[in-house]
Amino acid sequence: MRGISGVFRKEITIAFVSPIFYAACFIFLLLSGYFFYSTTAYFSLLSFQAAQNPFLSESLNLTDMVIKPFFGDLAVILLLMLPLLTMRLYAEEKKSGTIELLFTYPVSDASVLAGKFAATMALVLLMLAGTIPFMIILETMVDLEWGLLGAGYLGVVLLGASFIALGIFTSSVTENQIVAAVVSFGALLMFWALGWAQSVTGPTFGAVLGHLSIVDHLDRFTQGLIDTRDVVFYALFTLFWLFLTLRFLNSRFWRG
Amino acid sequence: MIHIEELTKYYGLKPAIQDISLDIEQGKIVGLLGPNGAGKTTILRILTCYMQPTAGRVTVDGLDCRTQALEVRKRLGFLPENVPLYVDLSVQAFLGFAATIKGVSGAMLQRETDRVVEACGLQEHRKRLIKHLSKGLKQRVGLAQALLKDPPLLILDEPTTGLDPAQIIEVRNLIRQLGGERTVLLSTHILPEVSQLCERVVILHKGRVRKEDTPANLAQDIQQGFRTQLSVDGPQEAVQKALADMKGVSDVQPMEGRSGEWMVQSEGDPALRPQMARMVVESGWGLREMRAIELSLEEVFVHLVTEESGEEGEHVS
Repeated sequence: MRGISGVFRKEITIAFVSPIFYAACFIFLLLSGYFFYSTTAYFSLLSFQAAQNPFLSESLNLTDMVIKPFFGDLAVILLLMLPLLTMRLYAEEKKSGTIELLFTYPVSDASVLAGKFAATMALVLLMLAGTIPFMIILETMVDLEWGLLGAGYLGVVLLGASFIALGIFTSSVTENQIVAAVVSFGALLMFWALGWAQSVTGPTFGAVLGHLSIVDHLDRFTQGLIDTRDVVFYALFTLFWLFLTLRFLNSRFWRG
Repeated sequence: MIHIEELTKYYGLKPAIQDISLDIEQGKIVGLLGPNGAGKTTILRILTCYMQPTAGRVTVDGLDCRTQALEVRKRLGFLPENVPLYVDLSVQAFLGFAATIKGVSGAMLQRETDRVVEACGLQEHRKRLIKHLSKGLKQRVGLAQALLKDPPLLILDEPTTGLDPAQIIEVRNLIRQLGGERTVLLSTHILPEVSQLCERVVILHKGRVRKEDTPANLAQDIQQGFRTQLSVDGPQEAVQKALADMKGVSDVQPMEGRSGEWMVQSEGDPALRPQMARMVVESGWGLREMRAIELSLEEVFVHLVTEESGEEGEHVS
Protein backbone atom coordinates (compact mmCIF):
# COMPACT_ATOMS: atom_id res chain seq x y z
CA MET A 1 0.00 0.00 0.00
CA ARG A 2 2.81 2.41 0.95
CA GLY A 3 4.40 1.47 -2.38
CA ILE A 4 1.26 2.49 -4.26
CA SER A 5 0.94 5.81 -2.43
CA GLY A 6 4.65 6.55 -2.82
CA VAL A 7 4.56 5.96 -6.58
CA PHE A 8 1.25 7.82 -6.83
CA ARG A 9 2.65 10.93 -5.20
CA LYS A 10 5.85 10.80 -7.23
CA GLU A 11 3.93 10.55 -10.52
CA ILE A 12 1.61 13.40 -9.57
CA THR A 13 4.55 15.60 -8.58
CA ILE A 14 6.38 14.88 -11.82
CA ALA A 15 3.20 15.50 -13.85
CA PHE A 16 2.80 18.91 -12.24
CA VAL A 17 6.37 20.00 -12.92
CA SER A 18 6.41 18.73 -16.52
CA PRO A 19 4.85 20.79 -19.29
CA ILE A 20 3.07 17.80 -20.88
CA PHE A 21 0.22 17.77 -18.40
CA TYR A 22 -0.35 21.52 -18.65
CA ALA A 23 -0.32 21.38 -22.44
CA ALA A 24 -2.71 18.42 -22.50
CA CYS A 25 -4.99 20.09 -19.95
CA PHE A 26 -5.02 23.36 -21.89
CA ILE A 27 -5.88 21.71 -25.21
CA PHE A 28 -8.44 19.45 -23.55
CA LEU A 29 -10.31 22.34 -21.94
CA LEU A 30 -10.00 24.54 -25.03
CA LEU A 31 -11.42 21.90 -27.35
CA SER A 32 -14.11 20.65 -24.98
CA GLY A 33 -15.14 24.24 -24.31
CA TYR A 34 -15.35 24.99 -28.01
CA PHE A 35 -17.35 21.82 -28.78
CA PHE A 36 -19.69 22.54 -25.88
CA TYR A 37 -20.19 26.12 -27.04
CA SER A 38 -20.89 25.16 -30.64
CA THR A 39 -23.43 22.42 -29.82
CA THR A 40 -25.18 24.61 -27.24
CA ALA A 41 -25.24 27.62 -29.56
CA TYR A 42 -26.68 25.52 -32.39
CA PHE A 43 -29.29 24.10 -30.03
CA SER A 44 -30.35 27.57 -28.89
CA LEU A 45 -30.57 28.74 -32.51
CA LEU A 46 -32.87 25.81 -33.29
CA SER A 47 -34.88 26.61 -30.16
CA PHE A 48 -35.50 30.16 -31.42
CA GLN A 49 -36.68 28.79 -34.75
CA ALA A 50 -38.87 26.26 -32.95
CA ALA A 51 -40.68 29.10 -31.26
CA GLN A 52 -42.29 29.86 -34.62
CA ASN A 53 -42.54 26.23 -35.68
CA PRO A 54 -44.32 23.92 -33.22
CA PHE A 55 -43.64 20.93 -35.50
CA LEU A 56 -39.88 21.39 -35.03
CA SER A 57 -40.14 21.89 -31.28
CA GLU A 58 -41.38 18.31 -30.87
CA SER A 59 -38.11 16.90 -32.15
CA LEU A 60 -35.90 19.16 -30.03
CA ASN A 61 -34.19 17.28 -27.21
CA LEU A 62 -31.36 18.59 -25.05
CA THR A 63 -30.05 15.12 -24.22
CA ASP A 64 -29.76 14.04 -27.82
CA MET A 65 -28.55 17.35 -29.19
CA VAL A 66 -26.18 18.65 -26.51
CA ILE A 67 -25.34 16.13 -23.79
CA LYS A 68 -24.78 13.08 -25.98
CA PRO A 69 -22.56 14.81 -28.56
CA PHE A 70 -20.65 16.50 -25.74
CA PHE A 71 -19.63 13.18 -24.16
CA GLY A 72 -18.75 11.89 -27.62
CA ASP A 73 -16.50 14.92 -28.08
CA LEU A 74 -14.85 14.33 -24.71
CA ALA A 75 -14.09 10.76 -25.80
CA VAL A 76 -12.40 12.01 -28.99
CA ILE A 77 -10.27 14.52 -27.10
CA LEU A 78 -9.27 11.89 -24.56
CA LEU A 79 -8.28 9.62 -27.44
CA LEU A 80 -5.90 12.33 -28.59
CA MET A 81 -4.60 13.41 -25.18
CA LEU A 82 -4.24 10.27 -23.09
CA PRO A 83 -1.44 8.66 -25.11
CA LEU A 84 0.54 11.82 -24.30
CA LEU A 85 -0.05 11.38 -20.58
CA THR A 86 0.74 7.67 -20.52
CA MET A 87 3.73 7.60 -22.87
CA ARG A 88 6.30 8.60 -20.28
CA LEU A 89 5.15 6.32 -17.47
CA TYR A 90 7.55 3.45 -18.13
CA ALA A 91 9.41 4.57 -21.27
CA GLU A 92 11.01 7.53 -19.51
CA GLU A 93 12.07 5.42 -16.54
CA LYS A 94 13.63 2.90 -18.87
CA LYS A 95 15.47 5.53 -20.85
CA SER A 96 16.84 7.39 -17.83
CA GLY A 97 17.60 4.20 -15.92
CA THR A 98 15.45 5.11 -12.92
CA ILE A 99 13.56 1.87 -13.53
CA GLU A 100 16.56 0.20 -11.94
CA LEU A 101 15.92 2.16 -8.76
CA LEU A 102 12.21 1.48 -8.87
CA PHE A 103 12.67 -2.24 -9.40
CA THR A 104 15.20 -2.61 -6.61
CA TYR A 105 13.13 -0.87 -3.95
CA PRO A 106 11.16 -3.22 -1.71
CA VAL A 107 7.93 -2.82 -3.63
CA SER A 108 6.21 -5.21 -6.05
CA ASP A 109 5.77 -4.51 -9.77
CA ALA A 110 2.01 -4.61 -9.24
CA SER A 111 2.13 -1.82 -6.62
CA VAL A 112 4.24 0.34 -8.91
CA LEU A 113 1.79 -0.25 -11.74
CA ALA A 114 -1.19 0.47 -9.50
CA GLY A 115 0.44 3.72 -8.37
CA LYS A 116 1.14 4.85 -11.91
CA PHE A 117 -2.36 3.91 -13.10
CA ALA A 118 -4.03 5.65 -10.18
CA ALA A 119 -1.94 8.80 -10.67
CA THR A 120 -2.90 9.04 -14.35
CA MET A 121 -6.55 8.38 -13.47
CA ALA A 122 -6.37 11.24 -10.98
CA LEU A 123 -5.05 13.55 -13.71
CA VAL A 124 -7.91 12.54 -16.02
CA LEU A 125 -10.47 13.09 -13.26
CA LEU A 126 -8.98 16.52 -12.74
CA MET A 127 -9.28 17.33 -16.44
CA LEU A 128 -12.87 16.09 -16.53
CA ALA A 129 -13.68 18.11 -13.41
CA GLY A 130 -12.69 21.14 -15.49
CA THR A 131 -15.75 20.52 -17.69
CA ILE A 132 -18.28 20.50 -14.82
CA PRO A 133 -18.60 24.33 -14.89
CA PHE A 134 -20.01 23.93 -18.44
CA MET A 135 -22.85 21.92 -16.97
CA ILE A 136 -23.39 24.41 -14.18
CA ILE A 137 -23.72 27.18 -16.77
CA LEU A 138 -26.20 25.03 -18.71
CA GLU A 139 -28.14 24.38 -15.51
CA THR A 140 -28.82 28.11 -15.16
CA MET A 141 -30.72 28.04 -18.45
CA VAL A 142 -32.36 24.63 -18.61
CA ASP A 143 -33.47 21.99 -16.19
CA LEU A 144 -30.65 19.40 -16.32
CA GLU A 145 -30.98 15.77 -15.35
CA TRP A 146 -27.96 15.22 -13.12
CA GLY A 147 -28.46 11.46 -13.07
CA LEU A 148 -28.01 11.38 -16.83
CA LEU A 149 -24.89 13.52 -16.56
CA GLY A 150 -23.51 11.28 -13.82
CA ALA A 151 -23.94 8.22 -16.03
CA GLY A 152 -22.25 10.04 -18.90
CA TYR A 153 -19.28 11.06 -16.78
CA LEU A 154 -19.01 7.52 -15.40
CA GLY A 155 -18.85 6.23 -18.95
CA VAL A 156 -16.14 8.70 -19.93
CA VAL A 157 -14.12 7.86 -16.82
CA LEU A 158 -14.32 4.14 -17.60
CA LEU A 159 -13.36 4.85 -21.19
CA GLY A 160 -10.42 6.92 -19.93
CA ALA A 161 -9.31 4.04 -17.70
CA SER A 162 -9.27 1.74 -20.74
CA PHE A 163 -7.22 4.24 -22.74
CA ILE A 164 -4.76 4.63 -19.88
CA ALA A 165 -4.33 0.87 -19.43
CA LEU A 166 -3.50 0.37 -23.10
CA GLY A 167 -1.20 3.41 -23.05
CA ILE A 168 0.68 2.09 -20.02
CA PHE A 169 1.20 -1.19 -21.80
CA THR A 170 2.72 0.42 -24.90
CA SER A 171 4.89 2.55 -22.64
CA SER A 172 6.18 -0.53 -20.85
CA VAL A 173 7.36 -2.27 -24.02
CA THR A 174 9.59 0.50 -25.34
CA GLU A 175 12.03 3.05 -23.98
CA ASN A 176 11.05 5.58 -26.63
CA GLN A 177 8.19 7.83 -25.58
CA ILE A 178 7.23 8.80 -29.13
CA VAL A 179 6.92 5.14 -30.13
CA ALA A 180 4.82 4.49 -27.03
CA ALA A 181 2.48 7.38 -27.86
CA VAL A 182 2.14 6.52 -31.55
CA VAL A 183 1.48 2.84 -30.94
CA SER A 184 -1.03 3.50 -28.21
CA PHE A 185 -2.84 6.12 -30.30
CA GLY A 186 -2.94 3.75 -33.29
CA ALA A 187 -4.18 0.82 -31.22
CA LEU A 188 -6.90 2.94 -29.58
CA LEU A 189 -8.04 4.26 -32.95
CA MET A 190 -8.19 0.69 -34.21
CA PHE A 191 -10.38 -0.36 -31.28
CA TRP A 192 -12.47 2.74 -31.88
CA ALA A 193 -13.02 1.96 -35.55
CA LEU A 194 -13.64 -1.79 -35.20
CA GLY A 195 -17.39 -1.24 -35.13
CA TRP A 196 -17.41 0.53 -38.48
CA ALA A 197 -16.84 -2.73 -40.30
CA GLN A 198 -19.99 -4.25 -38.78
CA SER A 199 -22.21 -3.49 -41.75
CA VAL A 200 -19.96 -5.20 -44.30
CA THR A 201 -19.14 -8.35 -42.31
CA GLY A 202 -21.49 -11.20 -41.54
CA PRO A 203 -23.97 -10.98 -38.66
CA THR A 204 -21.95 -13.13 -36.23
CA PHE A 205 -18.56 -11.59 -36.89
CA GLY A 206 -20.15 -8.16 -37.10
CA ALA A 207 -21.61 -8.59 -33.63
CA VAL A 208 -18.21 -9.59 -32.27
CA LEU A 209 -16.65 -6.48 -33.81
CA GLY A 210 -19.47 -4.35 -32.42
CA HIS A 211 -18.91 -5.66 -28.91
CA LEU A 212 -15.15 -5.08 -29.16
CA SER A 213 -15.52 -1.51 -30.38
CA ILE A 214 -14.39 0.65 -27.52
CA VAL A 215 -16.57 3.70 -28.17
CA ASP A 216 -19.86 1.90 -28.90
CA HIS A 217 -20.05 1.00 -25.22
CA LEU A 218 -20.16 4.67 -24.34
CA ASP A 219 -23.49 5.23 -26.14
CA ARG A 220 -25.72 3.74 -23.47
CA PHE A 221 -23.92 5.68 -20.72
CA THR A 222 -24.65 8.96 -22.50
CA GLN A 223 -28.32 8.03 -22.65
CA GLY A 224 -28.28 7.65 -18.89
CA LEU A 225 -28.21 3.88 -18.95
CA ILE A 226 -25.60 2.07 -16.87
CA ASP A 227 -25.53 -1.39 -18.38
CA THR A 228 -23.39 -4.01 -16.61
CA ARG A 229 -22.27 -5.28 -20.03
CA ASP A 230 -20.57 -1.96 -20.73
CA VAL A 231 -19.10 -1.64 -17.25
CA VAL A 232 -17.72 -5.17 -17.48
CA PHE A 233 -16.31 -4.50 -20.95
CA TYR A 234 -14.35 -1.45 -19.79
CA ALA A 235 -13.22 -3.17 -16.59
CA LEU A 236 -11.99 -6.22 -18.50
CA PHE A 237 -10.34 -4.13 -21.19
CA THR A 238 -8.47 -2.17 -18.49
CA LEU A 239 -7.46 -5.24 -16.49
CA PHE A 240 -6.38 -7.06 -19.66
CA TRP A 241 -3.82 -4.41 -20.61
CA LEU A 242 -2.64 -3.92 -17.04
CA PHE A 243 -2.15 -7.68 -16.79
CA LEU A 244 -0.17 -7.73 -20.04
CA THR A 245 1.97 -4.89 -18.69
CA LEU A 246 2.79 -6.88 -15.58
CA ARG A 247 3.62 -9.97 -17.63
CA PHE A 248 5.86 -7.92 -19.88
CA LEU A 249 7.68 -6.26 -16.98
CA ASN A 250 8.15 -9.70 -15.48
CA SER A 251 9.88 -10.89 -18.64
CA ARG A 252 13.02 -9.00 -17.64
CA PHE A 253 13.73 -11.88 -15.26
CA TRP A 254 14.16 -14.47 -17.95
CA ARG A 255 14.91 -12.51 -21.12
CA GLY A 256 18.52 -11.93 -22.04
CA MET B 1 25.96 -12.05 4.48
CA ILE B 2 25.99 -12.78 0.76
CA HIS B 3 26.30 -16.26 -0.57
CA ILE B 4 26.62 -16.79 -4.31
CA GLU B 5 26.59 -20.28 -5.70
CA GLU B 6 27.57 -21.21 -9.25
CA LEU B 7 25.88 -18.17 -10.67
CA THR B 8 25.44 -18.06 -14.45
CA LYS B 9 23.64 -15.51 -16.58
CA TYR B 10 23.21 -15.62 -20.32
CA TYR B 11 22.19 -12.69 -22.49
CA GLY B 12 20.83 -14.51 -25.50
CA LEU B 13 23.53 -17.04 -26.32
CA LYS B 14 26.29 -14.97 -24.81
CA PRO B 15 27.27 -15.72 -21.24
CA ALA B 16 27.71 -12.58 -19.12
CA ILE B 17 28.88 -14.45 -16.06
CA GLN B 18 29.68 -18.10 -15.61
CA ASP B 19 29.89 -20.29 -12.52
CA ILE B 20 30.56 -17.53 -10.07
CA SER B 21 30.76 -18.60 -6.45
CA LEU B 22 31.46 -16.11 -3.72
CA ASP B 23 30.94 -15.62 -0.02
CA ILE B 24 30.94 -12.17 1.43
CA GLU B 25 31.08 -11.70 5.18
CA GLN B 26 29.27 -9.10 7.19
CA GLY B 27 30.91 -5.73 7.75
CA LYS B 28 33.44 -5.98 4.95
CA ILE B 29 34.02 -3.56 2.11
CA VAL B 30 34.41 -5.76 -0.92
CA GLY B 31 35.37 -4.61 -4.41
CA LEU B 32 34.41 -6.25 -7.66
CA LEU B 33 37.20 -5.35 -10.02
CA GLY B 34 37.27 -5.98 -13.71
CA PRO B 35 37.50 -4.38 -17.10
CA ASN B 36 34.31 -3.16 -18.74
CA GLY B 37 32.12 -6.06 -19.75
CA ALA B 38 33.52 -8.43 -17.15
CA GLY B 39 30.10 -9.01 -15.63
CA LYS B 40 30.26 -6.72 -12.60
CA THR B 41 26.96 -4.98 -13.25
CA THR B 42 25.25 -8.28 -14.05
CA ILE B 43 26.24 -9.71 -10.67
CA LEU B 44 25.04 -6.61 -8.86
CA ARG B 45 21.75 -6.59 -10.75
CA ILE B 46 21.11 -10.19 -9.78
CA LEU B 47 22.01 -9.44 -6.17
CA THR B 48 19.52 -6.58 -6.07
CA CYS B 49 16.84 -8.87 -7.59
CA TYR B 50 16.55 -6.65 -10.64
CA MET B 51 17.25 -9.69 -12.82
CA GLN B 52 17.23 -13.37 -12.18
CA PRO B 53 20.12 -15.67 -12.98
CA THR B 54 19.99 -18.31 -15.70
CA ALA B 55 21.39 -20.80 -13.21
CA GLY B 56 22.74 -20.77 -9.70
CA ARG B 57 21.59 -19.38 -6.40
CA VAL B 58 22.09 -16.15 -4.50
CA THR B 59 21.16 -15.61 -0.89
CA VAL B 60 21.41 -12.43 1.17
CA ASP B 61 21.15 -13.00 4.91
CA GLY B 62 19.89 -16.49 4.08
CA LEU B 63 17.07 -15.11 1.93
CA ASP B 64 16.81 -16.37 -1.63
CA CYS B 65 16.93 -13.65 -4.28
CA ARG B 66 14.64 -15.64 -6.53
CA THR B 67 11.79 -16.43 -4.18
CA GLN B 68 12.10 -13.77 -1.48
CA ALA B 69 13.04 -10.79 -3.62
CA LEU B 70 11.08 -8.19 -1.66
CA GLU B 71 12.62 -9.33 1.64
CA VAL B 72 16.10 -9.17 0.12
CA ARG B 73 15.45 -5.68 -1.25
CA LYS B 74 14.43 -4.48 2.21
CA ARG B 75 17.94 -5.25 3.41
CA LEU B 76 19.88 -3.41 0.77
CA GLY B 77 20.59 0.03 -0.53
CA PHE B 78 21.54 0.20 -4.18
CA LEU B 79 23.27 2.87 -6.23
CA PRO B 80 22.95 1.84 -9.88
CA GLU B 81 25.54 2.63 -12.52
CA ASN B 82 25.43 6.23 -13.82
CA VAL B 83 23.23 7.22 -10.86
CA PRO B 84 19.76 7.39 -12.39
CA LEU B 85 17.57 9.84 -10.45
CA TYR B 86 14.20 11.51 -10.95
CA VAL B 87 15.66 14.76 -12.21
CA ASP B 88 12.34 16.63 -12.13
CA LEU B 89 12.02 16.22 -8.38
CA SER B 90 13.76 18.25 -5.69
CA VAL B 91 16.26 16.46 -3.46
CA GLN B 92 13.78 16.57 -0.61
CA ALA B 93 10.87 15.24 -2.70
CA PHE B 94 12.98 12.46 -4.17
CA LEU B 95 14.29 11.32 -0.80
CA GLY B 96 10.75 11.53 0.58
CA PHE B 97 9.54 9.29 -2.24
CA ALA B 98 12.37 6.79 -1.74
CA ALA B 99 11.75 6.72 2.01
CA THR B 100 7.99 6.19 1.59
CA ILE B 101 8.52 3.36 -0.83
CA LYS B 102 11.05 1.79 1.53
CA GLY B 103 8.38 1.81 4.21
CA VAL B 104 9.36 4.81 6.31
CA SER B 105 6.35 6.88 7.29
CA GLY B 106 5.01 9.56 9.57
CA ALA B 107 7.44 11.32 11.90
CA MET B 108 10.18 8.84 11.00
CA LEU B 109 10.15 10.09 7.42
CA GLN B 110 11.43 13.55 8.29
CA ARG B 111 13.99 12.18 10.74
CA GLU B 112 15.25 9.60 8.27
CA THR B 113 15.62 12.02 5.37
CA ASP B 114 17.34 14.52 7.71
CA ARG B 115 19.79 11.83 8.72
CA VAL B 116 20.81 10.82 5.19
CA VAL B 117 20.92 14.43 4.01
CA GLU B 118 23.35 15.17 6.79
CA ALA B 119 25.40 12.02 6.23
CA CYS B 120 25.87 12.96 2.58
CA GLY B 121 26.37 16.67 3.16
CA LEU B 122 23.32 17.80 1.21
CA GLN B 123 21.86 20.22 3.76
CA GLU B 124 22.18 23.25 1.51
CA HIS B 125 20.70 21.54 -1.53
CA ARG B 126 17.46 20.07 -0.20
CA LYS B 127 15.16 22.40 -2.10
CA ARG B 128 17.02 22.28 -5.40
CA LEU B 129 15.80 20.24 -8.35
CA ILE B 130 18.02 17.27 -8.98
CA LYS B 131 18.54 18.26 -12.61
CA HIS B 132 20.27 21.45 -11.47
CA LEU B 133 22.81 19.65 -9.30
CA SER B 134 26.40 18.97 -10.29
CA LYS B 135 27.45 15.42 -11.00
CA GLY B 136 29.19 15.07 -7.65
CA LEU B 137 26.09 16.23 -5.80
CA LYS B 138 23.91 13.85 -7.81
CA GLN B 139 26.21 11.06 -6.75
CA ARG B 140 25.64 12.08 -3.15
CA VAL B 141 21.88 12.11 -3.65
CA GLY B 142 22.23 8.59 -5.07
CA LEU B 143 24.16 7.51 -1.99
CA ALA B 144 21.63 9.24 0.25
CA GLN B 145 18.71 7.28 -1.20
CA ALA B 146 20.69 4.06 -0.81
CA LEU B 147 21.23 4.85 2.87
CA LEU B 148 17.57 5.40 3.69
CA LYS B 149 16.27 3.02 6.33
CA ASP B 150 19.83 2.12 7.22
CA PRO B 151 20.25 -1.08 5.17
CA PRO B 152 22.87 -3.58 6.40
CA LEU B 153 24.07 -4.05 2.83
CA LEU B 154 25.13 -1.33 0.42
CA ILE B 155 25.62 -2.15 -3.24
CA LEU B 156 27.34 0.52 -5.31
CA ASP B 157 27.86 0.13 -9.04
CA GLU B 158 30.84 2.21 -10.15
CA PRO B 159 30.25 4.93 -7.58
CA THR B 160 33.02 7.25 -8.77
CA THR B 161 32.74 7.05 -12.56
CA GLY B 162 32.57 10.42 -14.27
CA LEU B 163 33.56 12.54 -11.29
CA ASP B 164 36.48 14.94 -11.13
CA PRO B 165 39.45 14.02 -8.90
CA ALA B 166 38.31 16.14 -5.95
CA GLN B 167 34.82 14.65 -6.10
CA ILE B 168 36.25 11.14 -6.36
CA ILE B 169 38.18 11.61 -3.14
CA GLU B 170 35.05 13.03 -1.52
CA VAL B 171 32.87 10.12 -2.53
CA ARG B 172 35.53 7.61 -1.49
CA ASN B 173 35.77 9.18 1.94
CA LEU B 174 32.02 9.07 2.19
CA ILE B 175 31.95 5.38 1.30
CA ARG B 176 34.65 4.66 3.84
CA GLN B 177 32.66 6.46 6.53
CA LEU B 178 29.49 4.66 5.56
CA GLY B 179 31.26 1.32 5.74
CA GLY B 180 31.57 0.75 9.45
CA GLU B 181 29.14 -1.96 10.48
CA ARG B 182 27.70 -2.30 7.02
CA THR B 183 28.66 -4.67 4.29
CA VAL B 184 29.57 -2.68 1.21
CA LEU B 185 29.90 -4.28 -2.19
CA LEU B 186 31.16 -1.99 -4.89
CA SER B 187 32.19 -2.49 -8.46
CA THR B 188 34.83 -0.51 -10.24
CA HIS B 189 37.37 -0.65 -12.98
CA ILE B 190 39.61 1.85 -11.23
CA LEU B 191 42.43 0.09 -9.45
CA PRO B 192 43.60 2.58 -6.83
CA GLU B 193 40.02 2.75 -5.64
CA VAL B 194 40.03 -0.88 -4.61
CA SER B 195 43.38 -0.76 -2.86
CA GLN B 196 42.27 2.35 -0.97
CA LEU B 197 38.77 1.30 -0.05
CA CYS B 198 38.38 -2.43 0.00
CA GLU B 199 39.30 -5.07 2.47
CA ARG B 200 38.74 -7.74 -0.13
CA VAL B 201 38.99 -7.74 -3.88
CA VAL B 202 37.33 -10.04 -6.35
CA ILE B 203 38.90 -9.81 -9.77
CA LEU B 204 36.53 -10.66 -12.59
CA HIS B 205 37.41 -11.27 -16.17
CA LYS B 206 35.14 -12.46 -18.98
CA GLY B 207 32.42 -13.42 -16.54
CA ARG B 208 34.58 -15.53 -14.26
CA VAL B 209 36.28 -14.96 -10.95
CA ARG B 210 40.02 -14.86 -11.57
CA LYS B 211 41.22 -14.14 -8.08
CA GLU B 212 39.84 -13.26 -4.70
CA ASP B 213 41.86 -12.00 -1.74
CA THR B 214 42.93 -8.93 0.19
CA PRO B 215 44.64 -6.29 -1.96
CA ALA B 216 47.97 -6.90 -0.18
CA ASN B 217 47.82 -10.67 -0.52
CA LEU B 218 46.90 -10.44 -4.14
CA ALA B 219 49.97 -8.39 -4.90
CA GLN B 220 52.18 -10.77 -2.95
CA ASP B 221 50.63 -13.91 -4.30
CA ILE B 222 51.22 -13.13 -7.87
CA GLN B 223 54.85 -12.32 -7.37
CA GLN B 224 55.84 -15.95 -6.84
CA GLY B 225 59.10 -14.90 -5.32
CA PHE B 226 61.00 -11.68 -4.94
CA ARG B 227 62.22 -9.13 -7.31
CA THR B 228 65.21 -7.08 -6.36
CA GLN B 229 66.59 -4.11 -8.14
CA LEU B 230 70.36 -3.83 -7.87
CA SER B 231 72.71 -1.07 -8.91
CA VAL B 232 76.32 -2.27 -8.92
CA ASP B 233 79.55 -0.52 -9.72
CA GLY B 234 81.64 -3.14 -11.48
CA PRO B 235 82.36 -4.99 -14.74
CA GLN B 236 79.00 -5.55 -16.39
CA GLU B 237 79.31 -9.10 -17.61
CA ALA B 238 81.04 -10.43 -14.52
CA VAL B 239 78.38 -8.94 -12.27
CA GLN B 240 75.55 -10.39 -14.29
CA LYS B 241 77.16 -13.81 -14.35
CA ALA B 242 77.92 -13.78 -10.62
CA LEU B 243 74.33 -12.83 -9.83
CA ALA B 244 72.89 -15.43 -12.17
CA ASP B 245 75.10 -18.12 -10.65
CA MET B 246 73.77 -17.56 -7.16
CA LYS B 247 71.61 -20.31 -5.75
CA GLY B 248 67.93 -19.41 -5.82
CA VAL B 249 68.21 -16.71 -8.48
CA SER B 250 66.04 -17.52 -11.45
CA ASP B 251 66.63 -14.60 -13.75
CA VAL B 252 68.85 -11.53 -14.08
CA GLN B 253 67.94 -8.84 -16.54
CA PRO B 254 69.83 -5.61 -17.11
CA MET B 255 67.55 -2.59 -16.66
CA GLU B 256 66.77 -0.96 -19.93
CA GLY B 257 68.74 2.19 -20.63
CA ARG B 258 70.51 2.19 -17.30
CA SER B 259 73.92 0.57 -17.26
CA GLY B 260 75.04 -1.13 -14.10
CA GLU B 261 71.50 -1.83 -12.92
CA TRP B 262 69.86 -5.22 -12.84
CA MET B 263 66.47 -6.66 -12.05
CA VAL B 264 66.94 -9.92 -10.19
CA GLN B 265 64.12 -12.43 -9.99
CA SER B 266 64.56 -14.97 -7.24
CA GLU B 267 62.71 -17.56 -5.23
CA GLY B 268 61.08 -16.52 -2.02
CA ASP B 269 64.09 -17.02 0.27
CA PRO B 270 64.46 -13.99 2.55
CA ALA B 271 68.13 -14.77 3.19
CA LEU B 272 68.97 -14.26 -0.46
CA ARG B 273 69.09 -10.48 -0.43
CA PRO B 274 71.76 -10.19 2.30
CA GLN B 275 73.72 -12.91 0.48
CA MET B 276 73.49 -10.90 -2.71
CA ALA B 277 74.80 -7.81 -0.96
CA ARG B 278 77.65 -9.73 0.65
CA MET B 279 78.59 -11.33 -2.68
CA VAL B 280 78.76 -7.96 -4.41
CA VAL B 281 80.86 -6.38 -1.67
CA GLU B 282 83.16 -9.37 -1.29
CA SER B 283 83.82 -9.34 -5.03
CA GLY B 284 85.20 -5.85 -4.61
CA TRP B 285 82.41 -4.11 -6.50
CA GLY B 286 80.52 -1.12 -5.23
CA LEU B 287 76.89 -1.61 -4.18
CA ARG B 288 75.19 1.63 -5.07
CA GLU B 289 71.59 0.68 -4.49
CA MET B 290 69.46 -2.30 -3.60
CA ARG B 291 65.70 -2.25 -3.61
CA ALA B 292 62.93 -4.80 -3.09
CA ILE B 293 60.30 -4.45 -5.80
CA GLU B 294 56.70 -5.23 -5.00
CA LEU B 295 54.05 -5.64 -7.59
CA SER B 296 51.37 -3.01 -7.49
CA LEU B 297 47.76 -4.06 -7.64
CA GLU B 298 47.75 -2.64 -11.11
CA GLU B 299 50.34 -5.14 -12.25
CA VAL B 300 48.49 -7.98 -10.55
CA PHE B 301 45.37 -6.99 -12.36
CA VAL B 302 47.01 -6.68 -15.73
CA HIS B 303 48.73 -10.00 -15.13
CA LEU B 304 45.47 -11.73 -14.29
CA VAL B 305 43.40 -10.37 -17.11
CA THR B 306 46.05 -10.85 -19.75
CA GLU B 307 46.98 -14.33 -18.61
CA GLU B 308 44.46 -15.94 -20.88
CA SER B 309 44.89 -13.79 -23.93
CA GLY B 310 48.37 -15.09 -24.69
CA GLU B 311 50.28 -12.03 -23.61
CA GLU B 312 51.72 -13.68 -20.56
CA GLY B 313 55.17 -12.61 -19.55
CA GLU B 314 54.93 -9.29 -21.24
CA HIS B 315 53.97 -7.37 -18.17
CA VAL B 316 55.30 -9.59 -15.43
CA SER B 317 58.55 -11.37 -16.05
